Amino acid sequence: MTFQPSDTPALVSIRGLSFSRSGRKIFDKIDLDIPRGKITAIMGPSGTGKTTLLKLIGGQLRPDSGTVRVDGINVHRLGLDELYALRKRMGMLFQSGALLTDLSVYENVAFPLREHTRLPESMIRTLVLMKLEAVGLRGARDLMPAQLSGGMARRVALARAIVLDPMMIMYDEPFTGQDPISMGVLVQLIHDLNHGLGLTSIVVSHDVQETASIADYVYLISDGKVVGRGTPAEVAQSDSPWIRQFMDGLPDGPVHFHYPSKDYASDLLGFVAN
Amino acid sequence: MNTVLKPFQLLGQSALVSVRKLGRAHLFILHVLTGLPGILARLHLLIVQMYSVGVLSILLIMISGLFVGMVLGLQGYYVLSDFGAEESLGVMVAASLVRELGPVVTALLFAGRAGSALTAEIGLMKATEQLSGMEMMAVDPVKRIIAPRFFAGAVSMPLLAALFSIIGVLGGYFVGVGLLGVDEGAFRSQMQANIDFDEDIVNGVIKSVVFGAVVTWIAVFEGYDAVPTSEGVSRATTRSVVYSAFAVLGCDFVLTALMFGKD
Repeated sequence: MTFQPSDTPALVSIRGLSFSRSGRKIFDKIDLDIPRGKITAIMGPSGTGKTTLLKLIGGQLRPDSGTVRVDGINVHRLGLDELYALRKRMGMLFQSGALLTDLSVYENVAFPLREHTRLPESMIRTLVLMKLEAVGLRGARDLMPAQLSGGMARRVALARAIVLDPMMIMYDEPFTGQDPISMGVLVQLIHDLNHGLGLTSIVVSHDVQETASIADYVYLISDGKVVGRGTPAEVAQSDSPWIRQFMDGLPDGPVHFHYPSKDYASDLLGFVAN
Repeated sequence: MNTVLKPFQLLGQSALVSVRKLGRAHLFILHVLTGLPGILARLHLLIVQMYSVGVLSILLIMISGLFVGMVLGLQGYYVLSDFGAEESLGVMVAASLVRELGPVVTALLFAGRAGSALTAEIGLMKATEQLSGMEMMAVDPVKRIIAPRFFAGAVSMPLLAALFSIIGVLGGYFVGVGLLGVDEGAFRSQMQANIDFDEDIVNGVIKSVVFGAVVTWIAVFEGYDAVPTSEGVSRATTRSVVYSAFAVLGCDFVLTALMFGKD
C-alpha cells in the first residue's frame, strides 16, 4: 500500500493559494497538504517559487488569495506576536545557512535560546552542545561562520533550527552546491532528525535523487501549478512527459532547451535584412 | 501628445517613489523607537554598538578637530590682527566650533565613518538572509539589530561633537597662544566671558543631537531598505552618505535660523 497524505492529519494545509510578484503569477490556486511526522519534498525547476512557498508558510509573505494553515492556525490572520509565537515552533534552514556572521558557532546555536528563554547558562551550554553533537559539529563550537565550509554552515544552521525543539523544519535547497560527502551527511541528517525527533519536514529542492531517497511524499511544481504528486516511487513511474523530463534530467522535452525565439536562420540573416 | 506627457509622467512616478520611501522611513523609525524598552533591559547590546559606532570614531574626530581648530586659529588671527583684536581669537574659535563646526563637521565625518559602515553591515545582513533568518526564529530584526545601532549612533554623535569642539579649541589655543603669541589671559577670559551657556553650548548640543539622530536614521534605514544584492548594498551605502550630508546641512540652516535669529 502506498502512502497518501490523507493517511495522517496534515500539519500544513494550503488551499487555493495564489501569489504574484511584479505582475508575474508565481502560484495559481494551488492546494498542498504536508502530512505530520513525514518528510515531504517540494520539487520543481529553478524559479518556480519554491522558496517563496516556504516564506508563505512561514508568514514572511502574504498571499493574494487562499489560506495557509499550520497546525490548524491560519498563518496570515495572525498578529505579529502570535505569528512570532507560531514561528518558535517552526524551524527554517536557509540555503545560505543565514548564520549571524558576528557570532561564533556556539553563540549562533545559543541565539534562539538567549532571545526566547531565561535558561541558566549551564542549561544553555548543555542544550547547545547536544544539538551540535547531533549534527556532528560539537568540536567546531569556537569557529566563526566565515571559517566554515558551506555544508558545515548548513549543519550549524540546522542545529540552530532545532534548538527550540520545533514541530516542523523547512529546508530551502539544502543540497545545492554540496560535494558528495557533505550531501550524503545532510541527507542522512534530515532523515535521522525527522524520525528521531518526531518532526515534520518540508524539503524544497531540485536535487531529484537525494530528495527522493528520503522523502515520504513528493509534490512537483511548475509554472505556478502542482503538476505531479505521489510517493517517490509513484512519481518515478509517472508517464507524464514533463515529469519524465524533470526526474530524468533530460535536456529537451516539454521544457525546451531553447528559450523562445524567432527562426534561427532568419535571425542570423536579420542584420542584413535590417 | 505622448511625448509631451512623458516627462510629467516620469516626474510623477519618481515623486511617488520618493514619497513612498519617505513613508516607509517614518514607519521604520517608529518601529525602531518601540525597541527602546528592550534595549534598556539589555544594555550590553547598546554598549557593543556604541563601541563600534562611537569609540572607533574617536581618533578620526580628535585628529579632524585638532586641525580644524588650528586652521581657525590661523585664519582668525590674520583677520583679527588687522583690526588689532587678536585678543578675541579665543571667542572666535570657540564660538565657531561650538555653534557650527563642531556639530556639522562631526556629523559629516560621522556619516562617512560610522553611517556608511552601518548601512553596509545591515545591507549585507539582509543580502545574506540573516535578517530574514532572524524573523523566522521569531526575533524581530528591527528591535534586535537596528534599534541598538540607532540608539548607539544617536547617543555617540553628540559626545563626539563635544569632543571635536574641545580638541578644536585646544588646537586654536596652541596656534594662537603657542605659535602666534596671542596673550594667554586674553584668549581665555574673552572666551569665558563671551561664550554663553544657553545661547551657544546648549544650542550646539541640540544641533548635534538632531544630526546624530538624523544621520543614524538615514544609515540604518538605507541598509534595511537596500536591494539585497552587492550592487544594491553599494548604492545604498553611497546614498546613505550623500543623503546624510544633505540632511545635516539642510537641518543646520533651519536650526541656525531658529536658534540664532535676532528677535
